[in-house]
Amino acid sequence: MTTKVLVPSGVLGLGFSERALAQGLQFKPDIICIDGGSTDSGPAYLGTGTTKYSRAICKAEWKLLMQARDTLGVPLVISSCGTCGTDSMVDWMLEITREIAEELQLHPKVVSLYTEQEPPQILAALNDRKVHGLEPAVPLNESIVNECSHIVALAGREQIMQAINAGADIVLAGRATDTAALCALPIANGEHEGAAWHGAKIAECGAFCTTNPSSGVVLLSVDQQGFTIQAIADDAFCTPHSVSAHMLYENANPHQLVEPGGTLDASNATYTAIDKQTVRVEGSSWTTAEQYTVKLEGARSRGFQTTILALIRDPHYVKNVHQWVDRLQAFLVAQLQTRLDIAPDQYTMEFRVIGSNATFGALETQSEVAAEVGVLGIVTSTTQALADDIMRFANPFVLHYPLTDDEPMPSFAFPYSPAETSRGEAFEFCLNHVMEIDDPMRVFRLEKEVL
Amino acid sequence: MTQLLGDITTKIRSKNAGPYWITIDIFCGDTKRYNVVIDVLQNELIADCLQLPVTELRRYDMPELFAIKISFARPIVQGSAGDRDMHGAQYAVLIAQLEVA
Repeated sequence: MTTKVLVPSGVLGLGFSERALAQGLQFKPDIICIDGGSTDSGPAYLGTGTTKYSRAICKAEWKLLMQARDTLGVPLVISSCGTCGTDSMVDWMLEITREIAEELQLHPKVVSLYTEQEPPQILAALNDRKVHGLEPAVPLNESIVNECSHIVALAGREQIMQAINAGADIVLAGRATDTAALCALPIANGEHEGAAWHGAKIAECGAFCTTNPSSGVVLLSVDQQGFTIQAIADDAFCTPHSVSAHMLYENANPHQLVEPGGTLDASNATYTAIDKQTVRVEGSSWTTAEQYTVKLEGARSRGFQTTILALIRDPHYVKNVHQWVDRLQAFLVAQLQTRLDIAPDQYTMEFRVIGSNATFGALETQSEVAAEVGVLGIVTSTTQALADDIMRFANPFVLHYPLTDDEPMPSFAFPYSPAETSRGEAFEFCLNHVMEIDDPMRVFRLEKEVL
Repeated sequence: MTQLLGDITTKIRSKNAGPYWITIDIFCGDTKRYNVVIDVLQNELIADCLQLPVTELRRYDMPELFAIKISFARPIVQGSAGDRDMHGAQYAVLIAQLEVA
């Protein structure tokens, strides 16, 4: 048989063509799958258990998908709810789903798949030598695990399928691999495993594998020999090149993809154009791992930040901006110590020169000077109050500090008031590990509810 | 006249591959340009540009896609102190600016 997976977009909140969604439904997909996010936007979302995307746009798009699901009577799955997939974000999607169900008078059965991990569970696995580091190696010990504000395990196809098998009309999954939701039903239906995982990788960003990424919608059809991928919008096309090139996207190794339970190898895949919108792929393979593992993601605080931005147009200061920044920073560090008794080990301070090398730092090769530069100051400290106070102390000097002792006091442009901005808590990722589990469901939980 | 890698390729993109890796994809467009790029784009040149030991680079040459992929562990983990580019998206520009002729 053939299992058809409709992917409306690479992520909920990014937008898709409504017309293309309607066209996609004409193909009568067996399941509709969309992703809710990943680590790609940084550690703050996992650190705080919050979403990158606007609630209003997520609700508007989810409403269209809930209506589509209701029309077809097939499962609708979102994985990595709310960017980071924490329990709080599964509940956030559940709340949105409830609101829409009430507005549309729908009564779907919703299955929530929770993937968040408590530190004791991870520590027990660590003690049992069931947690293994990936490349590059990062340190892991008890205190690091305890410092994580959130840890999630990435679900694979098995956990998603369990949720579907619980009778779900709608699955709200916590963190999962990008591919897991898309390949779950095809593999459960007995389609080719290598094709299912490879097709899932190609389709996971929606229309990114087509010539028109913003159109969003693609249809993945997996059978027992391979898969076909089809662009749905009228102005979107799939070519062997656009499809095969997507295997490279956000993937360090272009041929292999390690997933829960095994590894996809796409190095022998062949890509054949069927028509302008459809490409056929065969020859991918799947190797089941001896030991089932799930990847872990964790984030911990690295202090609290306050920033400041000054704009410099004065040609004398623009030309000498790096010298000015170095002198300013040395002055501030010394003054903080002598006047406020704040030692350098209580904070970090850096100034990045926008218009010079703010993007690349020491890797920058261009030496052209722009007409104006921005100086972005970043202070990170142990509390928000201390970071704020350090930046308030710095504020008048960022505004007025002279390049040398022999010149008049300058004044630069602050673009807003107050010039300093409390950024709140800053986070860092601190796990690059997998955890062995014998039963795929052991560290995951399902909850069911009829709305 | 100086020629840059970005001038003779169709697309160069860079992106995180998870929080701990950066991957750069260089699409050359056709066999002719792919062969030119393969000749000049030595690993030492890339390593020098990224200020990394050459042994840190994982390189995949894909003649069927007229593409070259370079992956390396992030010198600073995504979002950690000192990271300047949350998505690793601008590394591509450094590579595009390499002089190839």
